[in-house]
Amino acid sequence: MKYIELDLKRIRNATLLSIIPGLGQFYNKQVFKGIVFLSVFLLFIVEMLGFGAEALAGLISLGSTPGEHHSLFMLIEGSLQILIIAIFLLFYIVNIFDARKVAKLWVENKKVNTTMKSIMVNVSDSGFPYLLTIPAYLAMIFAIIFPVLVTLLIAFTNYDFYHIPPASLIDWVGFKNFFSIFFLSSYRDTFMSVLSWTIIWTICATTLQIVIGIFTAVVLNQKFIIAKRVFGIIFLLPWAVPAFITIMSFSNMFNDSIGAINTQVIPLIDSLLPFIDLGAIPWKTDPFWTKIAIIMVQGWLGFPYIYVLVSGILQSIPEEQYEAAKIDGANAIKRFRHITMPAIFMIAAPIFITQYTGNFNNFTMIYLFNEGGPGSIGAGAGSTDILISWIYKLTTGTSPQYSVAAAVTLFISAFVIIISLLVFKRTRAFEMED
Amino acid sequence: MNLFKSQKFSLSLSKFFTYFYLTLLAIIIIYPLLITASSAFKAGNITAFDLSFDANWTLDNFRRLFTETLYGDWYLNTLIIAIITMVIQVAIVTLAGYTYSRYRFIGRKRSLMFFLIIQMVPTTAALTAFYVMALLFGALDQNWFLIFIYVGGGIPMNTWLMKGYFDTVPIDLDESAKLDGAGHLRIFIQIVLPLVKPMLAVQALWAFMAPFGEYMLARFLLRTPENFTVAIGLQTFINNPMNQKVALFAAGAILIAVPISILFFMLQKNFVSGLTSGGTKG
Repeated sequence: MKYIELDLKRIRNATLLSIIPGLGQFYNKQVFKGIVFLSVFLLFIVEMLGFGAEALAGLISLGSTPGEHHSLFMLIEGSLQILIIAIFLLFYIVNIFDARKVAKLWVENKKVNTTMKSIMVNVSDSGFPYLLTIPAYLAMIFAIIFPVLVTLLIAFTNYDFYHIPPASLIDWVGFKNFFSIFFLSSYRDTFMSVLSWTIIWTICATTLQIVIGIFTAVVLNQKFIIAKRVFGIIFLLPWAVPAFITIMSFSNMFNDSIGAINTQVIPLIDSLLPFIDLGAIPWKTDPFWTKIAIIMVQGWLGFPYIYVLVSGILQSIPEEQYEAAKIDGANAIKRFRHITMPAIFMIAAPIFITQYTGNFNNFTMIYLFNEGGPGSIGAGAGSTDILISWIYKLTTGTSPQYSVAAAVTLFISAFVIIISLLVFKRTRAFEMED
Repeated sequence: MNLFKSQKFSLSLSKFFTYFYLTLLAIIIIYPLLITASSAFKAGNITAFDLSFDANWTLDNFRRLFTETLYGDWYLNTLIIAIITMVIQVAIVTLAGYTYSRYRFIGRKRSLMFFLIIQMVPTTAALTAFYVMALLFGALDQNWFLIFIYVGGGIPMNTWLMKGYFDTVPIDLDESAKLDGAGHLRIFIQIVLPLVKPMLAVQALWAFMAPFGEYMLARFLLRTPENFTVAIGLQTFINNPMNQKVALFAAGAILIAVPISILFFMLQKNFVSGLTSGGTKG
């Protein structure tokens, strides 16, 4: 649509006027909307003068007098203010676009809602979807975004056991914590070895549970099997029983001297298989064997989820595909590779990825089995600690390193997000339908 | 003839290995569960689970659990947290999932991507942030603060799954109802909601189960033993090598595992459709 000079001027006026929210709407003869927008704007000004400016100043200084200024509260009130400003900016942009859009409607001689009633009807109609998602956004803002923002800020401070408010102040230290993690030898060595074990653990444990899950589903999907339902129920048990219970039980069973694995299972295997003599294995005191045990237990815990998922997919593959492949002379392995696997991965790939990211942060498994032990590899980490359990120890130990823990938290979040986005892009599993 | 024989032989061989594998796996699954469960009924101070049937069988451990420990408090705390988390989360997620499935609005695609990304943030790792928030709001050692974190943390992923399931309900239904003059709310409550009951059940079960298993935040934020959840409480029975109450742990574990497993198997049929439909569609 082409506008003449006068029209363009109208649109420009409305846009410029809405630099003060509400004025653009008044110009568009939407008095009710203008009053609402102007009051939001005034409310924000009042909030800034009464609380916001001070909160921001506090966030920058983090206090100057120990005992009087509580740096932590200043930090958190400041982050709250950042959130409020962000939300206001969003409103501000909407306000400008609204003024522009309505001005265009006027110019094009289209119907404009000017009365309060017609605006309310319009809001309740087109605003309905926003209204329904508000609770979700509120909950996410306060339970996810706000904590992440606070973590982000803490990572740039020196909050640790030397600096605990209100007795002492916290200060901004820039990138010092990140520098320590990546370059300072005491932290760097721990970080690197914890990170590499975290990656090994994630890949081994998750692949193990996926392989067992798929294999079990395929085996149980054969037609001749009797008592299918009984097996099906048994294979679901590791998922049905809350994981913390089974992990604690396994922790007891893998005890070096009195645990059932060393006192019952291994002697049984030794007596059944004549060529093998395992003897007692130091499951809890040798890092290597602890790692083996943890990966096996996770395979036990995690395969039913995959098994259920894959069983469902297998039943949805039409029988004719297999029949046709058989006639073409494809053997069982070929049929599995060219029909079964593609079908499984097409549907389940995104879920497999969430399994990997889940294990990357599987605190419960690592911590409840052996508390990240045995032994210590420095900076508070044990030999089987993964990043998230190291964070837990840095935060809850006798000499807490809150700011370093926050820096590591940021690292994991970024790491997990980047990796999964890359994979999601490749699998194209999350392409939108429109 | 020879060929036929060898085919038959390989078929019975594969049958043998199939049953061998299934049986072995079943044993590996049942064994740890069985020795834990049986320890709950053994008298005396046992220190390790094992498969022995020459013990003195007793129900005394269950009595001790409720008279000598705080197990009753823990159970009640966990139930309260789990039920409130479940109700609030399912309500929020259903509304949001429905909206994303049915309405086309400005910012829809962008915010869906936002859900997908934020879902990957390991919120529990923001321990320090939650701790500072709890200090400011006086929420340390409070159940409601945990509920708040659990509800918020579960929303992004579950909204995705819920939206995927709503997508499987044909939109023609809504449209014909609209022609009959039904409003937004009536279409939602009377037409669409009844059709997604299976997914609602799955979501409710998962939201209910999560607080039972969450350890990290609960351990850090709950300070007095009376306020513990079962996961933290039960761990105190076995994490002290000098004073292990293994039989009490086993008894406490049974009282959680049995009801949850029953719920789980009742709703199990709904899992597959819920999982696959949520994962494939954008």
